[in-house]
Amino acid sequence: MSAEARLEILTRVNRAQPAEPTRFQRPARPVSGRDEHDVVEQFAEYAAEYRANVIRTSRSALPAVLGDLLQGQVQVAVPKDLAADWLPAALAVHRDDPDLTDLTVITAVVTGAAVAIAETGTVVLDHGPGQGRRALTLVPDHHICVVFEHQVVESVLEAVQRLHPSARRGQPLTWISGPSATSDIELSRVEGVHGPRTLDIVLVAGPP
Amino acid sequence: MSAGGIKPARPFPAAARDTLGNAQMRRNLRHATTTIREKRQRAVDELPNWEALRDEAAALKDHVMAHLSEYLLELEASVQARGGQVHWARTAQEARSIVAALAQRHGAQEVIKVKSISTDEIELNAGLAAHGIHAIETDLAELIVQLAEDQPSHILVPAIHRNRAEIRELFQRKLGAELLTDDPKALADAARTYLREKFLSTTVAVSGANFAVAETGTVCVVESEGNGRMCLTMPDVLISVMGIEKVLPTWQDLAVFLRVLPRSSTAERMNPYTSFWSGVTPGDGPQEFHLVLLDNGRTDVLADDVGRQTLRCIRCSACLNVCPVYERTGGHAYGSVYPGPIGAILTPQLLQLEDENANTLPWASSLCGACYDACPVKINIPEVLLYLRGQISDAQPPSVQAAAFKVAAWVMSEPHRFEGAIKLARTGQGPLVKHGAIHALPGLLAGWTASRDLPAFPRQTFREWWRQRPAAQEHGPDRPEDTSETAGNAWEPL
Amino acid sequence: MKIDLFITCLNDAMFPRTGEATARLLERLGHEVRFNERQTCCGQMHFNSGYQHDALRLVRHFVDTFRDADVVVAPSGSCVGMVRDLYPRAAEWAHDDALLAEVQALTPRVFELSEFLVHHQGLEDVGAYYPHRVTYHQTCHAMRVLRVGDAPLRLLQRVRGLNLVALPAVDQCCGFGGTFSVKNPETSTAMLADKVQHVMSTNAEACTAGDNSCLMHIGGGLSRLQSGTRTVHLAEILASTEHEVFA
Repeated sequence: MSAEARLEILTRVNRAQPAEPTRFQRPARPVSGRDEHDVVEQFAEYAAEYRANVIRTSRSALPAVLGDLLQGQVQVAVPKDLAADWLPAALAVHRDDPDLTDLTVITAVVTGAAVAIAETGTVVLDHGPGQGRRALTLVPDHHICVVFEHQVVESVLEAVQRLHPSARRGQPLTWISGPSATSDIELSRVEGVHGPRTLDIVLVAGPP
Repeated sequence: MSAGGIKPARPFPAAARDTLGNAQMRRNLRHATTTIREKRQRAVDELPNWEALRDEAAALKDHVMAHLSEYLLELEASVQARGGQVHWARTAQEARSIVAALAQRHGAQEVIKVKSISTDEIELNAGLAAHGIHAIETDLAELIVQLAEDQPSHILVPAIHRNRAEIRELFQRKLGAELLTDDPKALADAARTYLREKFLSTTVAVSGANFAVAETGTVCVVESEGNGRMCLTMPDVLISVMGIEKVLPTWQDLAVFLRVLPRSSTAERMNPYTSFWSGVTPGDGPQEFHLVLLDNGRTDVLADDVGRQTLRCIRCSACLNVCPVYERTGGHAYGSVYPGPIGAILTPQLLQLEDENANTLPWASSLCGACYDACPVKINIPEVLLYLRGQISDAQPPSVQAAAFKVAAWVMSEPHRFEGAIKLARTGQGPLVKHGAIHALPGLLAGWTASRDLPAFPRQTFREWWRQRPAAQEHGPDRPEDTSETAGNAWEPL
Repeated sequence: MKIDLFITCLNDAMFPRTGEATARLLERLGHEVRFNERQTCCGQMHFNSGYQHDALRLVRHFVDTFRDADVVVAPSGSCVGMVRDLYPRAAEWAHDDALLAEVQALTPRVFELSEFLVHHQGLEDVGAYYPHRVTYHQTCHAMRVLRVGDAPLRLLQRVRGLNLVALPAVDQCCGFGGTFSVKNPETSTAMLADKVQHVMSTNAEACTAGDNSCLMHIGGGLSRLQSGTRTVHLAEILASTEHEVFA
């Protein structure tokens, strides 16, 4: 049935689609000359407006900051390839290697990110190195996402461009702008429905 | 059972009466649309190049429509190369059968669903129920609609017509939730508790798709609550139903739509969660992926030079929120899962202008044009409304009304006939006029005087005045008040 | 400048005073005003009601009537909107290329009164005097089809003696919509109810606009409620002086 349907739909489309005289020209995209510092500040501001907790730190202070954020968390998970030196040496974590079978017992997860977007306050995971599989940052209630300042781009457009190789490789992507939220009841915004109810973004200055 | 297809059960004016007479629903709607209108304007004003983005989005969609078969084939190949399977459905019935067969193959008795208007369009839930499969809506608003055995009334916020008190009562009754307050946070928590178990135990999920990229085979779902991520990630099998017009040529083309969609729909810079996937990813997410490409009337819309622009729609619902008709009647009056201005042009076209009730929808507009201004892909909704009115009228058998308009056009195309008709009306109105106005009209026009007066024809037309006026150029600015002899306007009791 | 008035059928038959005010105002501003008596109706009612073949007859008649005009000015945003925005559609949908060419040649010379004065002539103060409390309703077609912007407001702000009060939700449609008010009278009434309530909240003596079709609708509601607020076309305010009162 599907082969017949396929042929019929494509035939109908071919008959229906208009003849287009010219090809679509994608507009030229001037590269913004904006100061990198401003871009990072805007990201921090906009991410915070969406109720993410934004913590600024340096690379050397990162383990201490993560240690503070994880205080009191007993079941912490990390992707299998998360750099060990991000975390405090004494911290016990569950590495997702092999895959953890029950993510519901995990209370917090620490990952990196692929890109962050100033224009929207978004962090993007392409689930590459240090970011784990999708479920890892979905089921636990507290997501701590480490973003390096050099990963922050100004616009959605730049982010899409930077993520092109991941998309071409077929990697899944998750764009996260603040914690899970709904506005379904009288359009009043409620944070925390099914995804992590707490999102901490640790924004790290300086070289990676 | 939520989710009801696209065939209106009644003509629009009759269906509109229900909401117009429901004070609670009117208040809920007014509150919601006013709130989101203001927010959208702020979100749009924040981008310096909004108009350029609209132009680009519209041009890109038009390009897709001109090369649709090419991009559909490319998408099919890309999805298959990533381990996904592609199905083609000519009709709602075919799409339902495909999804049901896939679910049955996995022995599923329940499937979880991400909010998807295309699955509502094909009445998937009812179709699955006929096979003994229960579809669980996981979007909060869709869940509310489903539990209430109601119909969605808005594209983005399907339960916009319900207030918190009604939802609290519903959750207590249907979910057995103990709710001390009707605080939206408590209501959302109740939904979280109920659905979490479903997310972790159900093996088959069904979604729609906001976009799909031909180049990479990437499918995209835009959402807020995380129910989308849950459905797209946790089950073993994912089935996505997508209208054929949703395909985009290249990965980069997502940039423009990810900028215009959230600002137009939820009035946010970006929605909380957007998921992208290509086929299947070993060790991550569903290991079986099916993409169902749906026609269901779309190729007929594509074939029409004027109506085609309707297929640019990205289902943002900005046109609903600015529409003065929608604000008063709500979504149910449109009798289709596509309400509001976009529904008024999409629904009748998807039904090939052959459904009598759907054919009343193009008249459900005062042609104020607010929808066109708000549309991020620049669908000229008023133009399509007018075009469809013409198409529908042309196809109708001769009527008294049509004959009246024909006579009127004949009368009005010659000045002496026009003038004669006014004189006739001026004489004929006599018995109807009281204190310079008409308070009750008979027949077709009674609807006007049910709530408004109509001015009476004044004793002189403009052209009569023009003929007898002294040559105007002879009068300077200090012309004395000599206008008492001229015609007064209607309204003015003379 | 030689100006051809397009008075519109509604004004001709029901609101002649508006036509008269438009003529007087333009003459006062030094223009030579003509009224071609062959003119009738722009065809908007037919076109919007779905009788587009019948409307074509009126489109052709309009083009025949005004073909040789330098400039056509009309006191109606929706009729000018019909001419400028929908005449090309009417010709295209009828696949009449000759008509399309004629329409395209003519329509750039057709203006709504306020846009003619402010955008074309660069005028804001037309020497009017109107000592009343007035609120202004923005009509949809002037705003969204013709993009007259704040031209009417700028004219009103320069009228001596006039006390201009802002109308709440000024950009909301009054619910007329021609055939809409008859085909969907309840919905139309619900929209009108809000508009009338907003007008009454201003305590204005008069509600003005650049279009007597909208004003007829709003006025119909105000009259039924015995509100005491009148509707007055913008042209009548602009034509009024200390010596000559038009409204």
